Order: sequence, then structure tokens, then C-alpha cells
Amino acid sequence: MANETLKAKMQAYTAKVEKSLEKFPERKNLAHNRLYTPLDVEGFDYERDLSFPGEFPFTRGVQPTMYRGRFWTMRQYAGFATAEESNKRYRYLLEQGQTGLSCAFDLPTQIGYDSDDPISEGEVGKVGVAIDSLADMEILFDSIDLGKVSTSMTINAPAAVLLAMYIAVAEKQGVAADQLNGTIQNDILKEYAARGTYIFPPKPSMRLITNIFEYCSKNVPNWNTISISGYHIREAGSTAAQEIAFTIADGIAYVDAAIKAGLNVDDFAGRLSFFWNAHNNVLEEVAKFRASRRVWAKVMKERFGAAKPKSWMLRVHTQTAGSMLTAQQPENNIVRVALQTAAAVLGGTQSLHTNSKDEALALPTEDSVRIALRTQQIVAYESGLADVVDPLAGSYYIEALTNKIEEECWNYIKKIDELGGAVVAIEKGYIQKEIQESAYKWQMEVEQKQRIIVGVNQFQIKEKPVEGLMRVDASVGEMQKKKLADLRAKRDNAAVKEKLAALENAAKDEKTNLMPFILDAVKVYATLGEVCGVLRKVFGEYEAHVSL
Amino acid sequence: MEKRIRVLVAKPGLDGHDRGAKVVARALRDAGFEVIYTGLRQTPEQIAEASLQEDVNVVAMSLLSGAHNTLFPKVVNLLKEKGMNDVLVVGGGVIPDADIPGLKQAGVAEVFTPGTPTANIVDFIKSNVK
Repeated sequence: MANETLKAKMQAYTAKVEKSLEKFPERKNLAHNRLYTPLDVEGFDYERDLSFPGEFPFTRGVQPTMYRGRFWTMRQYAGFATAEESNKRYRYLLEQGQTGLSCAFDLPTQIGYDSDDPISEGEVGKVGVAIDSLADMEILFDSIDLGKVSTSMTINAPAAVLLAMYIAVAEKQGVAADQLNGTIQNDILKEYAARGTYIFPPKPSMRLITNIFEYCSKNVPNWNTISISGYHIREAGSTAAQEIAFTIADGIAYVDAAIKAGLNVDDFAGRLSFFWNAHNNVLEEVAKFRASRRVWAKVMKERFGAAKPKSWMLRVHTQTAGSMLTAQQPENNIVRVALQTAAAVLGGTQSLHTNSKDEALALPTEDSVRIALRTQQIVAYESGLADVVDPLAGSYYIEALTNKIEEECWNYIKKIDELGGAVVAIEKGYIQKEIQESAYKWQMEVEQKQRIIVGVNQFQIKEKPVEGLMRVDASVGEMQKKKLADLRAKRDNAAVKEKLAALENAAKDEKTNLMPFILDAVKVYATLGEVCGVLRKVFGEYEAHVSL
Repeated sequence: MEKRIRVLVAKPGLDGHDRGAKVVARALRDAGFEVIYTGLRQTPEQIAEASLQEDVNVVAMSLLSGAHNTLFPKVVNLLKEKGMNDVLVVGGGVIPDADIPGLKQAGVAEVFTPGTPTANIVDFIKSNVK
């Protein structure tokens, strides 16, 4: 009995080291065992648990070739101030070798308000670019060929409106909708649970999402209609297992809603995409990526009966963890981001945003964004980490950890099913509460120095204030207001009124797909705030569940 | 028995990042304060009104969107207009060092930037509340 011998040897090892490790109590209670052996992967079945890259359950990656073909898409999330300023930044990033665009919108845009709405005061152009109408969108993509570039847009509650604007800009460039590549985030459930830019209540929000699934499956077939996001759940403080569990539970809710609306699962499932966080613990993150692919493949095949392999694949964009950047000794963040990049690449991401060193302090400068992009390029071209597909497979630790995270994930999914699914779990505040608990635990561990953050609770130095941070010009709000006043004076206001009325009528009928009506409205330069205003009137607004 | 310190933890503006606000709220509660959390997307008027209704000693605002220079001073002024001159106003979030003197001049007693232990916030409030 080889295993019996091994078990005895393991016991002897444990007894031996526990004695000598008594000197290091602070390293005693880490989350993972100190050593992994074949005992931790008993019953491991290569074909069943891993199989080959590009094959069910996709543990080793969604494509057969992974980075031996193409590297991941290097996609830096960017956007600030006006469409003019952001267009310049996009063109700079493309010149520097970035391979896809990723648009950050300001908060008024994300919550469906125009820049001249009183509630937008102070927020215009701050965390992203201000988009009020198709006119801004035309400037944002000026001289960028939408037939060639793929564009990801971090937009959720008003995703349909921004997608419509993108389709309209492409049409003006002479690019047909079926030639467009890109992603809208369009993931409202995590907005309620963790990110906060919701507008409408869950039911009409889910309708808008399924309307987009349906419209795109027929008209924009290469578009990723949703990016089901764990990133923000993790940023809000969740653990790795919670990140993928709550996100996959959200994914189940979207698939359920679309099937209930009459769609065939294989018609839309291949365009669902995901968004993970690349956090500090490199190997735990690798296991998380692998576990998430395995869970989603089983969910789609076994729970929803999807027949196309494409429907089983969890394709993922990744961003390094913003909340792990420190305001103290910000140069250290370059190292953190490099390690997080390694995690994302070893985990097999399809695209990646790397954060800049100064983002705990402000939006990044052009120089720091370049370092962040170069970090990806160094990992891709120099490190060798991208040379072999899923290179950590077969490691006792990685496989045991992948199994463990998968198991935790299933336990949460079961619990959420029992509560009535992700929508109900969020309405009851369950998911928020779980995230808050983890966030508080993390903070207490840092304050009690059970968790060391270099430069924050150990290895501090006396620092001078950081200079040369980026500042968004305070006049952006006024500039957008002026642009809006000009637009409202110049456009065909009768047409705007007519299209908004048609949208309002369509919104009242639950069976109507709203995408064509939104497209009609944005094409006559109805503003984002006007379109969302009509929908607010019909749908009402979400009231958040707050508990501490 | 001494009256417990009442704190309104508030999220002004459109920012949805509430990890910090919630962690601070809970830490203040664990430190023995009475804590009211407003939830997201509060206008300065709503925050000032809630402070008055809840009769708080402290208003603690968190903002990560960059709108602090507009919104924090607005809350301070509205509190004064409502006669709440004794309320201690503090802020936190992603706030560049360069903005802190201006915020203090506008009446924000202290600004807590990323990495601040919650214990420091508790101590500051205890020593400065009126």
C-alpha cells in the first residue's frame, strides 16, 4: 500500500516540522497547508478533472492553443474628462501596442444622467469620460476604425444605450453591426451587490439584458453581450471563492432569465463572458481561474443542457486588483501588478488590464499607464510564463486548491439556489452581507498585523507627498454643459420627442425588445439622460437594501 | 453614563465604492459609537438633513470618485446653515494630498486616505468631538 507508507511519512514529517515551527507562530495559521503531496489529490482523474485545453471541462483553458497562438488581448481601461481627451489617450495606447480598447465612463454616464443634471455636479469627467449623446461618442472613436478594433465598455444599467450609440457610430464609419467586436459589461446584479451604479429595479433590468442578448444574437453576432463580473465583488472585499461563486450565481440568473424570455440557450450562451480580479496570492488566483472554468462548464452543460461546446466556455477578461494598490510607496505597486499579471496569465485569461502604480492616489498619468502596459508585454515576451499551456497543472497544491475552491463555489451556489437564486439573494442582502464580513475580517487582520501589507503596516518610511498626479480639468463639467446646450439647440427636437415617445410606449409592453427603439432615439441625438429618463419613468428606480 | 457619540457615515455623490464606508461604519460601531449609514448616492442636502434629523455629533463622508472638492465643502456649509456648528466633519477616500489643505480650510476636520487604520479614525473622533 503505497498510500499507507506515504500517509505514515506525512505524519512523521508533520510531527517533525510542527516542533520546529513553534518558533514561527505568525506563519502558523495561513489559509493553506504547508505542504501538498499526492495524498491531497487522491482520486485525481486527468481526463475527467482537466482534459485538454479547449475541451470540457476547460480547466486548462478555453482555447486549444492558448498563448502559443495569440497572447491575451492587452486592454487598458481608460477614459476621463471629455470625449476629445479620451480619444487622444486611446490613440496613444493603440500606438503603444495595446490590442483592444476599454472605455471608462464617468459616474453620471454610468447612472444615466446628463452632464447638466444637477445631480452630476462635481462628477462630470472624473472617473471616466462623459458621454451625453451620440455626438460625444462620434468624437470618442474619431479616427479609430471600429471594424478593426475590439472595444469593451464598462457600462451596466444604461448598457443598451451605449451599445446603441456604438452601433450608430460604426454605421457612420461604414462598418456594419455584424462586423463589430467588443463587450458591454451589462451585469446589473453585481451593481446591486457590490459596485453601486444601478438605476432600475431587478425585473426591468433583467428585461433590458435579455433584450440585448436577443438583439445581438441576430444583429451583432460577435458582440459579448455581458461581462459577468466578479472583479467588483472581490474589490468590495470578498474571498477568491466568493468572487467566482457569487458571479457564477449571477450568471445562472441571467441564463435563467433569458431562457424564461423564450431564448434558446445555445443562441446566446456563447456570447456570455466573465470578468475576474487578479489578486495578490498568485497561486490561489491561478486555482480560482481554473476552478471557475470547470464550474461554469458543468453549469452550462449539466444544469442548462447547452449542447454547443462554445456555450460551456468561461471566457474571461481580467483586471489586477485595484484595492491592493497602496498609496504608500506607490512604486511598489509596479511589483504587485507584475505578480498579479503572472497570476492572470498562468490562470489563462483572454484579456487583461493592468493597473497603474498611482491609482490609489488618482487616475493614472500617461507614463504610469505605459509602465502598466509594458508589464504585460514583459510577461508575454520575456518571462516564459505564456510559453506553455496551463503550466501549473498537475501540481499537488494547484490541483488540490482548484478542487477546494470549486467545492466552496458549489456550496455557495447551492445556498443561493435555496434562497431562490441570485436576484432574491441580493434583494435579501445575503450576498452583500457575506462580502462585508470578508472585507471587515481582512481589515482587522491588517490592523492586527496578522496580514502584512508592505509599506502600510510594516516597512513604512517617511514619505513626501507624491507629485505629478493626473488632475481632471475642473472645467470639464462646464464644457459638457455647453456642448449639450448647443446640441439641444441644433438637433431635430420633433424627431427626438417622437422617438422618445415610441420608446416609452415600447417600454410599457414587457414583450417588446427595446433595442431598436433605443437605437432610433440615439440616432436622432436624444441624450443618454433623456433615454434613461423615459425608462426611469416607466420602470421606476431601485431602492438599495442597506445593512451593516 | 456619558452620552454615546452618534456618527452619520455618508456616501455623497454618485460613487458606488462603499467597502471603506461600511468597514469604517462597523469599526466605529464596534468602538461603541452609534452609527447610522446613509447608503449610496446621497446629495449634500440629504446628508445635512439626515444629520439634523438623527442629531449626530459626527458626519463621516467617504468618496472615491474625485468629486470631494465640490461635495465635502457643500455638506459643511449646509450643516452650518442648519445651525449645526458643533458637528465634527471628517472625510476619507481616494483624495490627493494636495487637496487636503483646501478641504480643511473648508471645515473638514480631518481627511483619512487609503491605508489608514480604523483605530486612528476612532481615536481622532474621540479626541475631537464636541
